[in-house]
Amino acid sequence: MSTEPPPIEVRHVSKAFRVDGRFVQALRDVSLMARAQEFVSLIGPSGCGKSTLLNIISGLMEPDEGVILLHGKPGEQRLGRIGYMPQRDLLLPWRRLLDNILLGPEVMGRDLEQARQEARELLPLFGLQGFEDAYPATLSGGMRQRAALMRTFLCKQEIILLDEPFGALDALTRRTMRSWLLEVWARFRQTLLFVTHDVDEAIFLSDRIYVLSPRPGHVVRELTIELPRPREERVVSSSTFAAYREEILAALGL
Amino acid sequence: MRDKRARPSQRWRPLGNWRYAPPFVLLLSLLILWQGATAIWQIESYILPSPWEILQAGIQARGLLAQHTWQTAQETFWGFLLALGAGFSLGLAIDFSPFLRDALYPVLVISQTIPIIAIAPLLVIWFGYGIWPKIIVVGLVCFFPIAVNTADGLRAADPEMISLLRTMGASYKDIFLKVRLPGALPMIFTGVKVAITYSVVGAILGEWVGGSKGLGIFMLRSTNSFRTDWVFASIAVTAVLSVLLFGSVKLLERLTLRWYYTAAREERWEEIQKK
Repeated sequence: MSTEPPPIEVRHVSKAFRVDGRFVQALRDVSLMARAQEFVSLIGPSGCGKSTLLNIISGLMEPDEGVILLHGKPGEQRLGRIGYMPQRDLLLPWRRLLDNILLGPEVMGRDLEQARQEARELLPLFGLQGFEDAYPATLSGGMRQRAALMRTFLCKQEIILLDEPFGALDALTRRTMRSWLLEVWARFRQTLLFVTHDVDEAIFLSDRIYVLSPRPGHVVRELTIELPRPREERVVSSSTFAAYREEILAALGL
Repeated sequence: MRDKRARPSQRWRPLGNWRYAPPFVLLLSLLILWQGATAIWQIESYILPSPWEILQAGIQARGLLAQHTWQTAQETFWGFLLALGAGFSLGLAIDFSPFLRDALYPVLVISQTIPIIAIAPLLVIWFGYGIWPKIIVVGLVCFFPIAVNTADGLRAADPEMISLLRTMGASYKDIFLKVRLPGALPMIFTGVKVAITYSVVGAILGEWVGGSKGLGIFMLRSTNSFRTDWVFASIAVTAVLSVLLFGSVKLLERLTLRWYYTAAREERWEEIQKK
């Protein structure tokens, strides 16, 4: 293992909110990190502050205590450096699909012609070819989610945060989406922080998993998943997979 | 991985298909009833002329009507432009800072409680008998819905969309131009549609207080000389002018907001209405 500092590290982060006049502790002393090109999942019950954590990592919020380090350096400007895909697809309804996908390069002032060309080449990978000119309102949930993912990947950030990207999809679509996500990731090889509450999904996808406790969110367990890649659907029924599942469910107190 | 539900086709129907038939039929039936009533009860023409008489009077006075209509149309156009500029700017100002919002919003609401009839004569004293008082009256009548809908529309932006753009490193200007303004456009158009409906009446109001030309003046003169048929003819022209203006805004809206009026959305509405 290299001694280089990880691209992203969260150190002793705590965060509380005032809700209706009383304090709610969302995160308590959370520490975690992701190495270069690593697929790391955060799993926990709903309301464990996962989304708050992503908001802090992305730079939308600052923690009450603790620091976020980018390549070992604290106090870095994070907005504009970390790709973030929120739970909702948040496609701009007034933009056609391709223009939605190119939002990142456009905002960042990159060469749009080049970005457009690249996007067109990538459309088949995301199953969106032929829909470049469609408005989001005319697309299915799965397509919108893939478009949002494509938009996130095309921001070309070294670190990407995905907040339950498949949360709103039906179980069948989720299954196909996760193998496909690995394909996409294999191509871009960005460092991924993936938030989910689906245990199988986390194991199937990840190099490492952090299990979070209910509110206030706190890391209760860290697991390294040593399943060989590339992974196929049938790995889900292997005994190693089942052992991981047991371990995570136990950590979640289930 | 293709979804069957998604359709790349964006069928676009700017004016619907037969949706405009019912109002025509209704209007026509009312006119026939009116015609019949005036014939059966032998109503004097200076009290209530029949639609046919009104039409004839209108054709007879077409030169005069055209001149006055042109005047009113000009007042309406410039007044509405003023309202558009003022309304949009005020909406932006309200949006720009919480201080301006707190300061301006109540004042704007109060401004709407002032009867225009009361200040219109003052405008004549200040600006004379020319076109300006009329333009200002139209502006005063029309700016409010545009201002309020601009301010509220800009505020209705999805906070999560704004957050998403911030994570991309977007500037305030980017967020405004790429998220907030396009998102506010449907509401702004609604304000413009409300405003344009008032605009012609606003111009006529301005003319009543003092002027020598315009549909309002023509109406007053016709009333004074018991030419009730001309009064109704000018009312009809006013209505047609208003409908035409409304129609052009609606058309512009459909052209600008094609994303808003997608076929999928329209079909969903049709489904809801069927139930």
